[in-house]
Amino acid sequence: MARTTRKTLFGTGIGFVVILVWCLLPVAWIVSLSFKSQAETNSGSPQFLPKTWTLQNYRDILSNSDFLYALRNSFGIAIIATVLSVIFATLAAYAIARLDFKGKRLVLSLALAIAMFPVVSLISPLFDMWRTFHLFNTWPGLIIPYMTFTLPLAIWTLSAFFREIPWEMEQAAQVDGATPWQAFRKVIVPLAAPGVFTAAILTFFFAWNEFALAISLTSTTQARTVPAQMSFFVGGDPFNPPYGQLATASVIVTIPIVIIVLLFQRKIVAGLTSGAVKG
Amino acid sequence: MASITMNHIVKKYGDGFPAVNDVSIDVADGEFMILVGPSGCGKSTLLRMIVGLEDITSGDMLIGERRVNDLAPRDRNLAMVFQNYALYPHLTVFENIAFPLRLAGASEQEIEEKVRAASDTLELNEHLDRKPSNLSGGQRQRVAMGRAIVRNADAFLFDEPLSNLDAKLRGQMRTEISRLQKRLGITTVYVTHDQIEAMTLGDRVAVLKRGVLQQLATPRELYDHPANLFVAGFIGSPPMNFMPATVEGTTLKLPFGEVELPEAKAQAAAGKGLLIAGIRPESFAEASAPHARDVSEANTFDATVDVVEWLGNETYAYIPFEAPPEVQNQLTQLEQELDGEVVRTQLVITLDGSSEVREGDRVKIWMDAEKVHLFDPASTENLTLDLGRAGRIPDREQTD
Repeated sequence: MARTTRKTLFGTGIGFVVILVWCLLPVAWIVSLSFKSQAETNSGSPQFLPKTWTLQNYRDILSNSDFLYALRNSFGIAIIATVLSVIFATLAAYAIARLDFKGKRLVLSLALAIAMFPVVSLISPLFDMWRTFHLFNTWPGLIIPYMTFTLPLAIWTLSAFFREIPWEMEQAAQVDGATPWQAFRKVIVPLAAPGVFTAAILTFFFAWNEFALAISLTSTTQARTVPAQMSFFVGGDPFNPPYGQLATASVIVTIPIVIIVLLFQRKIVAGLTSGAVKG
Repeated sequence: MASITMNHIVKKYGDGFPAVNDVSIDVADGEFMILVGPSGCGKSTLLRMIVGLEDITSGDMLIGERRVNDLAPRDRNLAMVFQNYALYPHLTVFENIAFPLRLAGASEQEIEEKVRAASDTLELNEHLDRKPSNLSGGQRQRVAMGRAIVRNADAFLFDEPLSNLDAKLRGQMRTEISRLQKRLGITTVYVTHDQIEAMTLGDRVAVLKRGVLQQLATPRELYDHPANLFVAGFIGSPPMNFMPATVEGTTLKLPFGEVELPEAKAQAAAGKGLLIAGIRPESFAEASAPHARDVSEANTFDATVDVVEWLGNETYAYIPFEAPPEVQNQLTQLEQELDGEVVRTQLVITLDGSSEVREGDRVKIWMDAEKVHLFDPASTENLTLDLGRAGRIPDREQTD
């Protein structure tokens, strides 16, 4: 028994190391790149750690007004898309979980179908439409398509969470004197909080990382987000792209994601409803 | 504080099946009313109609003088304890109990006072800052009750509140609920499938079967004067014995032998042919037992004991018998209605704990003929019923 356990532990350890290297090595490489000077990245024989550590890349990129605008756009668009998406998804998912209406399955399957639609196929029709509607190169011009892709996912996630909540919770609240809206707000939403956070994070990631729509539906720094802006970091010499700058930008846009995950990972842990009923 | 009046309440679901069929119950102000019956008898549905979680198909629901059929639950001012407690897991015990007060917009000071008072009553003081998930079953149960008593509700409604607790705790909480209700003197409707809870807690008990009210009476009336086979079989543990019987003159012929019936009972059953006799296990005694009263030779018979269960304070002796198919069918059906398993036809007799009877013994048994009930096998009605002492029986009212 003990032998098997030790063997299993050993195997698990190896597995972890392999996965860690696989996932984190590129990240480490990018971080390392961001601390190298332009001269070093363009030299023929690179090494993993910088020969001389420099913060020049960070100074450059944080004084690059285009990048700062893009960062502002990214934050604005991602946050607005997330908030709206979560609000609509919560209401829709609650209705789907609680009410028995005709075409419920149709709504759910349609939502899933929309989420699976290839983004690329929408780009050219959207481009034409948005120019007609004067939405081209605006924040709403990106927020709306982002929401169409994130809402279905959020609705599915949340309706699963709502279904888990015992209906008695809500009935108890109503007997205790709550209006349906109060019961929803004070009992159901707090109980579905892990679901809400999960949906919010998924939505935020999508909007934050999205590239195809961002590059096609914007033309200036008025609405261009960071992933799109980074594709303009080509430098003066086409044969020597500013790898350091690109790596630095990548590191900077990754930081918010890491912070968000660290902040909310405890909230995402499900099982908050334990103790509500006999268990 | 208020009375609750149900007038010809009907609940039909989408498929037209009546879960509750023409039930009329009046709960007096301050009364402890029990709704009891096997699963699927409509007792919970009825309770949920009182509180407003279930629509009423027809009939009137009155709380006090007010018709509440179309009022939302929050406008009925009733407090309910759910079967699985339905505590709010994201709130502390304090906030759980305070929840109805906060919704009502009470001041911080008032909330503090009332919650403290409730937690004093229920001995929850040391748990006020904990979350429900960290509480034991009994504590959760008390929190659920705290949430009910903290308000000035017109009535308490309990939906099988003790069914999730283990046996010992159930006994304790039963006493606790009884004490609380007596002290607060608040109108209470309590749903249970457990006949012990029904007998011990209720001022009056409403026995339901398949959505129909069978009998509404005090526990003692139900026990001594059951309206029909169903009530007789449901109330009492071990259950009442049923066996085939015929009456000739004043002689009752049973599978074991013959006993002399009192005049009144014999008359009520005269000329009805094959009957079902119902006798409670404690209406028997060993003829040789010193405390057996009035052991007249006429009411004794010999029987072979099949199984003996000794419980310390008393002994159950089982005596098998044969029943004709007519009676057997009725008893099988009854057993199904009572959620039971069928069934060998056997007599259960409660003997004294000091009894020396062993399995396989042939014993002389005495039977109290005063306590015999005779039921019509077709209608299942109790023919020997003293209507003046049996509470309300809707079936009999309609025929009058």
